[in-house]
Amino acid sequence: MSASGIIFSNIHDNNIPELTRLRTIASVPFACRYRFIDFTLSNMVNSNIYNISVITNYNYQSLMDHIGSGKDWDLARRSGGLKILPPNITAYANPYLEGRTNSRLDSLKNVATSIGRITDDYVVLSDCDVICNVDFGDMIRAHQESGADMTIAVKTAELTPETAHSTVIFRSDEGGKITEVLAYPNDFSGSADIGLNMIVMSTAYLRQMVLEASTRGYSSLSRDIIGRRCGYMNYRIYRINGYCPSISSFADYYKHSMELLTDPTARESLFGVKNRPVLTKVRNSTPTYYAQGSSVKNSMVADGCFIEGTVENSIIFRGAKIGRNATVKNSIIMQDTIVGDGAFLNCVITDKNAVIRDQRMLAGAETQPFYVSKGKMI
Amino acid sequence: MYKKQECVAMLLAGGQGSRLYTLTEKTAKPAVRFGGKYRIIDFPLSNCVNSGIYTVGVLTQYQPLQLNEYIGNGQPWDLDRGQSGVMVLPPYQAKSGADWYKGTANAIYQNFNFIDRYDPDYVLILSGDHIYKMDYAKMLAAHKEKGADCTIAVLEVTLEEASRFGIMNTDEDLRITEFEEKPKHPKSTKASMGIYIFNNALLRRYLEEDEADPASSKDFGKNVIPKMLADGCKMYAYPFHGYWKDVGTIQSLWEANMDLVGEQPVFDLRDRDWRIYSRNYSDPPHFVGEYAKIANSLITEGCTIEGIVENSVLSSGVKVCRGAYIKDSIIMSGVTVGEGATVNYSIVDDGAVIGAGSTVGRTKASGEKITVIGSGISLKPATDVPGGEMVDEEWLKSQED
Repeated sequence: MSASGIIFSNIHDNNIPELTRLRTIASVPFACRYRFIDFTLSNMVNSNIYNISVITNYNYQSLMDHIGSGKDWDLARRSGGLKILPPNITAYANPYLEGRTNSRLDSLKNVATSIGRITDDYVVLSDCDVICNVDFGDMIRAHQESGADMTIAVKTAELTPETAHSTVIFRSDEGGKITEVLAYPNDFSGSADIGLNMIVMSTAYLRQMVLEASTRGYSSLSRDIIGRRCGYMNYRIYRINGYCPSISSFADYYKHSMELLTDPTARESLFGVKNRPVLTKVRNSTPTYYAQGSSVKNSMVADGCFIEGTVENSIIFRGAKIGRNATVKNSIIMQDTIVGDGAFLNCVITDKNAVIRDQRMLAGAETQPFYVSKGKMI
Repeated sequence: MYKKQECVAMLLAGGQGSRLYTLTEKTAKPAVRFGGKYRIIDFPLSNCVNSGIYTVGVLTQYQPLQLNEYIGNGQPWDLDRGQSGVMVLPPYQAKSGADWYKGTANAIYQNFNFIDRYDPDYVLILSGDHIYKMDYAKMLAAHKEKGADCTIAVLEVTLEEASRFGIMNTDEDLRITEFEEKPKHPKSTKASMGIYIFNNALLRRYLEEDEADPASSKDFGKNVIPKMLADGCKMYAYPFHGYWKDVGTIQSLWEANMDLVGEQPVFDLRDRDWRIYSRNYSDPPHFVGEYAKIANSLITEGCTIEGIVENSVLSSGVKVCRGAYIKDSIIMSGVTVGEGATVNYSIVDDGAVIGAGSTVGRTKASGEKITVIGSGISLKPATDVPGGEMVDEEWLKSQED
């Protein structure tokens, strides 16, 4: 069994417009030192998937900077390894500008040549909006054993009309065969299997699907392919029971970040899995310094920080500086942010390189954290 | 093919570091951990790269497994290069016989085949047991400017300390007139730092002569340097100003680690213009719990802190359980300090487990010596380790008896 990976780095960008103004969803910072794509890349590498294409369509400078040659994931290889596939701008209009739902299939059409060159038997397609530590090997085995044409990872969730709107619901029979697809329903509540945007299929099936999508003008994978064909094709669900939040809004981002502090099992199931480390770009920071008089409680802190003040229930990224007598509560302080002496922050998210000047007081609410954009000085 | 390099660095990393006792039982001294996420060898290697020297031979001999693994292909220091880069040079078996490295000079002599590939004009000799940041390019520029045959980096020490070092007596132009190894009555305070630049052709001649001399102990400081001086070679001192520490003893290793701690530390690694690179592993961020208290300490990735940490340096993946108390200590990678345990004025090596309620070491104020817990040692709950003990397997056995 050998498999290739295809990662979509832009899909769902619109879900967190604050954090994706200058980056792809794949490169949104998360948990002190990671980017969303680190989880997807690590899951693939930890499942012995070493031929990975990352499809990018716009805003991908930060992503390129982050993954570089791929060497931090052992993906800088002569044969295979990491391949970044930017848009083919001269040959196609950019379908991404038209809307969110038609993206995946159009992206695949764009890279049809590259798909043609895949020599592995199977392909794992994945977006970057789900944070988890899973073994794709298990999923591929389940796919092989069931003889499915396509296997789609799902989790069971309780939905309200508000949350259901950003999900794709898969209904299946007792054996797990998909019978109906509800894409982005407007009015749904109750328990349902929602898609995690991780799909396994054979390379041959993928090629045929892309070819057909091109000839018939299909553009939505869930609606035009899975939804139309599930009656007569063998599409199956694969339930993931562990910790796997999908980040589909700014509030979600905040909530699931904070979950890492309040829920030890969330931390364990992401970072404590034996032989499945989450890999990321190495930055060569120094260890973090805690000054005399600093007070840090229930927080996650990366390397390279300098902490003189008080930090509670917060996530502090690499190279951040928390000034003397400053208080940071329930906040997410991203890379190289400077919080001045005596500043007070509650429910605040500061993006990279932000500067909060001395004595400033900023507060948001848990449902609506106050956001300070990249490089901004307040 | 290999490209000519102006200067090739040869890093002597074969030393046992016997005065570090149990810390170097299973690893060579240059591979000893330092400052939370570094190893001693990161300093000369990073200095080389930051000075624009990209060809480095690392001579290993004693317990090289960890060191070889750590250096690998040199990627963390950007030394994974096609036409130069880092190369580990162990002793080898030649047609005419097999030899261990008999001394620092012999180690270089045996590796002229490596140096010759790059046809260098200069050879820089470094050792793998000092902590410092130094621009070797400036030293090389001084060497060329003086038209020297050999340049030796020197550090100003106090007159009292001078008897512990090799001391260079120089004229006003810094030309070395006399070299004294650990003099009882030092005439100068310029101590050799063990960093030499030689003109390649001359070095080769002297090493060949030294090799042929059966009375020689094949050492730069004892044999080669005095011989060159006696022959009237142009040898200059290159004064270095800045932090430099020999971490050859438990006490100095502890001190050097502590020099990193503080708001304005004695030795600052946060300077982004002269970064110290190291091999980073994929540890998650560290987590500080509800009841933790950390003051004046360095904490590295992968740690979980639930107890109290003061004036200490914690390496990656250290677990400090609730009620544990760590003060004035160096805790290396993957150590677990159990509930309610106390660690005072100690160095705890990789993977050791301090059982709940144990007491390791005595307070610094008590005047007792530093306590050392060897790598992988597991202390049962409520063990008491007095100050100044070196805990290894034998110590544990002696306790059982």
